[in-house]
Amino acid sequence: MSILWISNGRVIDPASRRDARGDVFAVEGKFVRSLSAAQKKQAHKIDATGLVVCPGLVDIHVHFREPGQTHKETILTGSQAAAAGGFTTVVCMPNTSPPADHPGTIQLINAAAAKAAIRVYPTGCISVGMKGAQLAPHGSLKNAGVVALTDDGLCIQSNELMHRAVEYARMFDLPVLDHCQDESMTQGAVMNEGAVSTRLGLRGWPHAAEDVIVARNIILSAYSGAHIHMQHISSAMSVELIRRAKKDGIRVSGEGTPHHISFTDDALGTYDTNFKMNPPLRTAADRRAIIAGLRDGTLDCIGTDHAPHSPDDKDREFDYAPNGIIGLETALPVCLDILVRKNRFKLPHVIDLMTRRGAALLKLPAGTLAAGANADICLFNPDEVWTYEADKGFSKSRNSPWSGRKMTGRVKATIVGGRVVFDSEKMV
Amino acid sequence: MPWNRKHLLTIEDLSRNEINQVLATAGAFRAILDRKVKKVPALRGKTVVNLFLEPSTRTRMSFEMAAKLLSADTIAFDAAASSTTKGETLRDTAQNIQALNADMIVLRHAASGSPLYLSQRLGIPVVNAGDGAHEHPTQALLDVFTMQQKLGSVKGRKVVILGDILFSRVARSNIHALTKLGADVTIVGPSTLVPHWFEAMGVRVSHNLRTALADADVVMLLRIQHERQAAGHFPSVGEYTSMFGLNQTRAAWLKPDAIIMHPGPINRGVEIDSALADSSRSVILQQVTNGIAVRMAVLYLCAGGQPEHVTAPIE
Repeated sequence: MSILWISNGRVIDPASRRDARGDVFAVEGKFVRSLSAAQKKQAHKIDATGLVVCPGLVDIHVHFREPGQTHKETILTGSQAAAAGGFTTVVCMPNTSPPADHPGTIQLINAAAAKAAIRVYPTGCISVGMKGAQLAPHGSLKNAGVVALTDDGLCIQSNELMHRAVEYARMFDLPVLDHCQDESMTQGAVMNEGAVSTRLGLRGWPHAAEDVIVARNIILSAYSGAHIHMQHISSAMSVELIRRAKKDGIRVSGEGTPHHISFTDDALGTYDTNFKMNPPLRTAADRRAIIAGLRDGTLDCIGTDHAPHSPDDKDREFDYAPNGIIGLETALPVCLDILVRKNRFKLPHVIDLMTRRGAALLKLPAGTLAAGANADICLFNPDEVWTYEADKGFSKSRNSPWSGRKMTGRVKATIVGGRVVFDSEKMV
Repeated sequence: MPWNRKHLLTIEDLSRNEINQVLATAGAFRAILDRKVKKVPALRGKTVVNLFLEPSTRTRMSFEMAAKLLSADTIAFDAAASSTTKGETLRDTAQNIQALNADMIVLRHAASGSPLYLSQRLGIPVVNAGDGAHEHPTQALLDVFTMQQKLGSVKGRKVVILGDILFSRVARSNIHALTKLGADVTIVGPSTLVPHWFEAMGVRVSHNLRTALADADVVMLLRIQHERQAAGHFPSVGEYTSMFGLNQTRAAWLKPDAIIMHPGPINRGVEIDSALADSSRSVILQQVTNGIAVRMAVLYLCAGGQPEHVTAPIE
C-alpha cells in the first residue's frame, strides 16, 4: 500500500481555506485526513520543514507540440518541464500537426499522456483544421476526452461560426477557450502597436484588436449562455470589459500569463525573439491592469502559454521568428516575485490562481489538498534563490526570456497521485 | 575622440559627436569626388560584400561606388540567383560570406533589426543599408550632409518630413539625426501614415500641410507607395496628391531659400510636382552624389579608419 506523509510544512490549500503549519497525508494516491499509527510506520515520509506544501499547480494553457512538432517538445518532455515547475495538471492546446480536430488525434495524445510525468489533458479544435470555416466534431472530441475546445492562436474570425460553436459546445458542457485577436487588424504585426513599435520599425498589433474580440465574446456568451474563456489577456481595456461582463453575470472568464505581468514592450529594444509572443507584451498600464484583474478576480487564473520553439526556429530575424516562449519551469518563482513580493498579493491567493481556479474553469479533478482528492502536491521553498538556465531545463526548447535571471522561490518536489515525480532538481 | 565603432547599425545609437565625425570624414571624401582621379587607397586589399536582400538602385550602386573609390573589391550579392531562394537563412548566408574572407557586409533587408542580429553573430563589420521600416542610417547622414552644405548648421532649422512616415526607415533615421543635431522637426501627412506615436521621438506631428510648411527651411518628401492604398492607409493616390502633394502653390509657403529633398525613387506628379523636382530648389540629385562621400566615410570608419587621418592631411 502506498502511503505518503508530508510533515511540518506550511500547508496552503485555498480550496479548504487552509494555511497553517502541519502535515499532509495520502493513501493510494488520494489525500486522507490522518494516518493510523500502523500507517504512519509504513509511510514514505517527507520532511517539509521550511517548505510550502500546496496542491500541485494547474496550467490550462500549454503547447506540447505532439503530434507533429516533436523537435520542439513532446508530451513527455513538456510534462517533465511541468513537473519541474511544480505543475501536476496541464491542458494542451490543439494546434499540433495535424491539429487535434479528430478523435483519432485525441487518442494519440492520450496514449502519450498516459506515459507523461504528470496529468495531461487534451483540448480539441473548435473548427476543422483550425481554419475557422466548419465546426469540428465537438461531441466525438468530448467522448475521446477533451476538456475544452479552442482554435488557440487562430481566433475564429466569423462571428456567426463562433456563435454556433459556443451554442453547440454548450450542449456537451465544453467551455470554449479563445485567443482574442481580430486578424484583419493585425496583418503582419509582430509586437504591440505604440511608441516602441514605431521606434523599432516593427508592425504593430493594437490592443484594440484584442478588445474587439473580447467584446464580441462577451456578447455571444450573454446571448447564448455559453461559457467563453479568454486566454492570455494582454490589454487593460480587455480586463475592464471582462470586469463589467462579470458584474453583469455573464459567463466569461479570463487568464493572465507570467510574461504579461512581468514585461512590457520596452523589452523588445534589442529585437530579442525570446520576447516575441502572441498576444504581444504591451505597456506598463496594461501590465498593471492585468495584475489588478488577477487581484480582484476579473482574471480567473494564471496560464503560462508554454510555447516551445527550437533554437533554430527562434534564431531568425525578428519578423520571421515564431511567436511564443516557454514558461512552465519559471511560472511559480515569477508569480511569487511579481504578485507576492512586488504587488503584495497574499501567498494563498497566488496559489489559488495557479491551482484551484484554472481547474474549476474546466472542471478538472485537481487543485486541492482536500481528503478524497488526487494526491497531487507541489513542495517549494519560497525563499531559495537560484538562477534559471533554460538550456539546463527539462523542456526540449530554450526560448525563455528569463534564462540567466535570478529567481526567488524554487520547487523542491512534485507529487502526482501520491508518487514523487520530481525531487531535488531531478525527475524520479 | 577616436572613432571606435565597428558596425553602423542605426543613427539612434550614435552620439552627436559621432554623427559629426562621420560628416567631417564625408566632407574630406566629398572633396575627392571633385578631383580628376577620384580613387584613394584607403581600403585597398579589402572586400566589401553588398548583401542586398531587397530591391535597391541608388543605395546599392552608391555603396558599390563608394567601396570602389576606396579601392576595395566589391561583390554584389544577387538575392534572386542565390541560395536564399533555397531557404538558406540570413545567418548561414552571412556566415558563408564571412568564411569567403569578406571584410565587411553592407546589408539591406526587409526585416527591421536584422543588421543588429547579424552584427551579434559575425566577426566582421556590418553596415546597415536599410532594415525594414526601422533605419537607413547612411541616407540620414547624406541628407544632413546635404542640408549642411546648403544651409550651414541645421541647429534651430525647421525641417519638415512629408509623406509615408509610418513605413519609412528614412524618416526614422532622419528624425534621430536631426533631433540630435538640434533641428526642429515636423512630420506631416495623413493621420494613418503619420501616427501620434512619433511624438515620443521628439518631433511635432501635424496633418496640416500649410502650417507645417510655413517658414520651413527644408522639406523632405517621401515616396508614396501604391500598396498602402489597398491596406486602407489612404483612399487613393489622387486624394493623397490633392491633400499632401507638394506643388508650386504649396512650395511658396516655404522659406524663400528653402530646399526640397527626396531620398528617391520619386513619383513625379504624386508626392511632388514634376517641375519642382527639377527646380533649383530641389537638391535631390546632389543628395545622390553626396551619398557616395558619406558611404565612403562610413566604410572607411567601420573598417578601422580614423576621421583625423583624412580630414587633416587633405589641405
